[in-house]
Amino acid sequence: MPNSPSSMVNQYRLEEDEEPQDANTKDLFITVDNPESHVTAIETFIMYRVGTKTTRSEFDSSEYEVRRRYQDFLWLRSRLEESHPTLIVHPLPEKFVMKGMVERFNDDFIETRKKALHRFVNKISEHPILSFSQHFKLFLTAQDLASHRKQGPGFLSRMGETVRAVANSVRGLRSRPEEFGVMWEYVEDFSNKISSVDKVTQRIIREQKEHLDELKQYGPTYTQWAGLEEELEEPLKGVAGCVERCSKETEEQIHHLSEVLVPALHEYVLCAETLKAVMRRRDNIQAEFEAKNEALASKKVDQEALQEEVDGLADRVEQANNVLKGDWSRWQDSMRTDLKSAFISTAEKNVEYYEQCLAVWESFLLSQKEEPGEQKEEEDAAS
Amino acid sequence: MAEDGKEESVATDDDSELTAADGTGSLNNTMVDEGSTLLRRMEICVAEAEKRSGKNAVNMQETFTVYLIETRPMDALAEGRNPAPDSLWRRYSEFELLRNYLIVTYPYIVVPPLPEKRAEFVWHKLSADNMDPDFVERRRVGLENFLLRVASHPVLSNERILYHFLTEEHGWKEVVYETGFQAKADSRLRALSATFRVRNPDKRFLEMKHYSDELQSHTSQLLRARARVADRLYGVFKVHGNYGRVFSEWSAIEREMGDGLQSAGHHMDAYAASIDDILEEEEHYADQIKEYLFYAEALRAVCRKHELTQFELEMASQDLISKKQQREELATGIVRTFSFKGMTNKLFGQEAPEQREARLKLLEELIAEAEDTVKEKTAECEEHVEKAWVDMQRFKEQKDKDLREALINYAVMQISMCKKGIQVWSNAKECFLKM
Repeated sequence: MPNSPSSMVNQYRLEEDEEPQDANTKDLFITVDNPESHVTAIETFIMYRVGTKTTRSEFDSSEYEVRRRYQDFLWLRSRLEESHPTLIVHPLPEKFVMKGMVERFNDDFIETRKKALHRFVNKISEHPILSFSQHFKLFLTAQDLASHRKQGPGFLSRMGETVRAVANSVRGLRSRPEEFGVMWEYVEDFSNKISSVDKVTQRIIREQKEHLDELKQYGPTYTQWAGLEEELEEPLKGVAGCVERCSKETEEQIHHLSEVLVPALHEYVLCAETLKAVMRRRDNIQAEFEAKNEALASKKVDQEALQEEVDGLADRVEQANNVLKGDWSRWQDSMRTDLKSAFISTAEKNVEYYEQCLAVWESFLLSQKEEPGEQKEEEDAAS
Repeated sequence: MAEDGKEESVATDDDSELTAADGTGSLNNTMVDEGSTLLRRMEICVAEAEKRSGKNAVNMQETFTVYLIETRPMDALAEGRNPAPDSLWRRYSEFELLRNYLIVTYPYIVVPPLPEKRAEFVWHKLSADNMDPDFVERRRVGLENFLLRVASHPVLSNERILYHFLTEEHGWKEVVYETGFQAKADSRLRALSATFRVRNPDKRFLEMKHYSDELQSHTSQLLRARARVADRLYGVFKVHGNYGRVFSEWSAIEREMGDGLQSAGHHMDAYAASIDDILEEEEHYADQIKEYLFYAEALRAVCRKHELTQFELEMASQDLISKKQQREELATGIVRTFSFKGMTNKLFGQEAPEQREARLKLLEELIAEAEDTVKEKTAECEEHVEKAWVDMQRFKEQKDKDLREALINYAVMQISMCKKGIQVWSNAKECFLKM
């Protein structure tokens, strides 16, 4: 049941004074895991387990476990966006993957999607407003979500809203308040920059993979040569071993990039699109108000009723703007935290990578400083 | 590369080209002052390289590089004096001429190779251009290395042609040609034929030949693979430079994150730039391996010479045996083997006794000659085997020491690269923490 605009504003104002949710105050813990293939007569799809633990009083129980498919997440998100058009709702992983995907149910794809879905529900649960949404509660608790999905604004009414929104945006905005103009500019720039960082990262991974391929061919050339030699056999094998171990480290480094930095960047690439959509919706709300306001000025028909509508729309604009402003700074903090953490993790992994390789080569050097006889003793002792 | 030549030259002021960076010290122990090798008496270095233009043999304009060879007497240096070096300019083709002379004149010696004429095993950044300054520099180092190796070799260092090469700029070529060494060169065809037809080559030489083939194969595979790895590594580093650019642009639109991003971007730029020096240093390692790739060819040449001398001995022995057989047939009248003479005798009757006597006498002379030839060839073959075996042992020891050092050097380079990496990414992390 949609809340009235004023009560929502009140709720927001209340939330503003509260501490942001952190580890200590967190009372909602959700995990997404255990993807399982689900086969019906019509289709095959994946069901994910969504497990919830909570101490919130709104929940009848303290633990829930439900199974959800991707469509259910889509439903949740569109409900949230509908109810809160100018809140920044974290994006979902994409529906389809454009390049290189042979099977929709490829293990890597499912794993990546699962992690992204997990992050999605956790972002929602951390949001001061969204986490208290009825839809969210339903999503987390209802055993049969399908029946609930049928309720609520129908497809046609949603269509109507979209048509109106498009119509309004065609009319255009009178003037955008400056702060939102600044926001728009930032969103466009941010979108470009984050996409670039994402592309650079993907390219680094590609180059590293090629590098790894060559390393795998390089090490064995030392081993093969060692087979030919007597005195040189041992140092040649030593170098081969070092190259091999460094190859493994390279593999891990690539893995880390793919698991940590790429998903984080990718999410914020999607966020940029979300931000644009939010800004468009805000513009539309303003445009709708302006349109009706103009009509009020010109039409002689039923001024009173129209005035009420216009007042309602004016309220709506103010509320939308406030909500967005509040959520905007929240989003920026969240973005900074998430990306900072991903970059730090990457830098740490790279340091670790070089430290490991350093150790490998240093131990080779050490082995060469010893007399061959001593080394043999060490080997015997170690075996 | 040779410690002896390098130490003194670092101590002087004009040999500034030679620093610890280019000689990777792999010949510390192998350039031992054996006896009175030339290197003991004379300090040698290839100090500079310059471009020249001139007309070539077919009167066409060409550009080539000349190298400055500087020499100074060791005793003067030992006495603490610092005389100006004698110097002359030589181009690569003259080095080649010297080496060809040595190969022909000392076929039992594994003659040190020259640095490559054209850049091979290139990865994309290195141009295959012979005029590229980095290539010229590495070639200068390689030529110096060649001279130092030759000048410290117990046998080769005594060669007067070498001494002339180092001291007489003009007329040296004429002196070399006057030795007539080119006539002594074995024809390729003869050598190849011997390889296939020799029956009893010394087993050790067969093994050495097999070894040299394998060495050539393994080192070239290693060099090829290394060049490909270098190429890829270059790509990885350079792409990080894009982070530098994007972070810088991104930092302009952020408030709190701006500083951290900006400075992290600078470190990414530094990271991207660092690969150039890293890979240039690695080229020196590649050169050390390449030297032994080329040495393999020299080793094989010694083995082939053995096959040739052995084959010639076998041919001479065979010739002697067949001549002796002919004598026997002539003397006893018994034909053991088919011969045209035997056939004609059967068909047309035997020849007159006087004719037979004449023929027997001729044969005796030929047999005496053949016996001398066999003696000669035996001596030749044995001498070659003996001397070659000694030099192959010397080569083996030198190779083991040099390559072990090269591998150690390689590890040192990798460690240096890792340390740089740790530095850069630790710095980057500090910047990210400030975001």
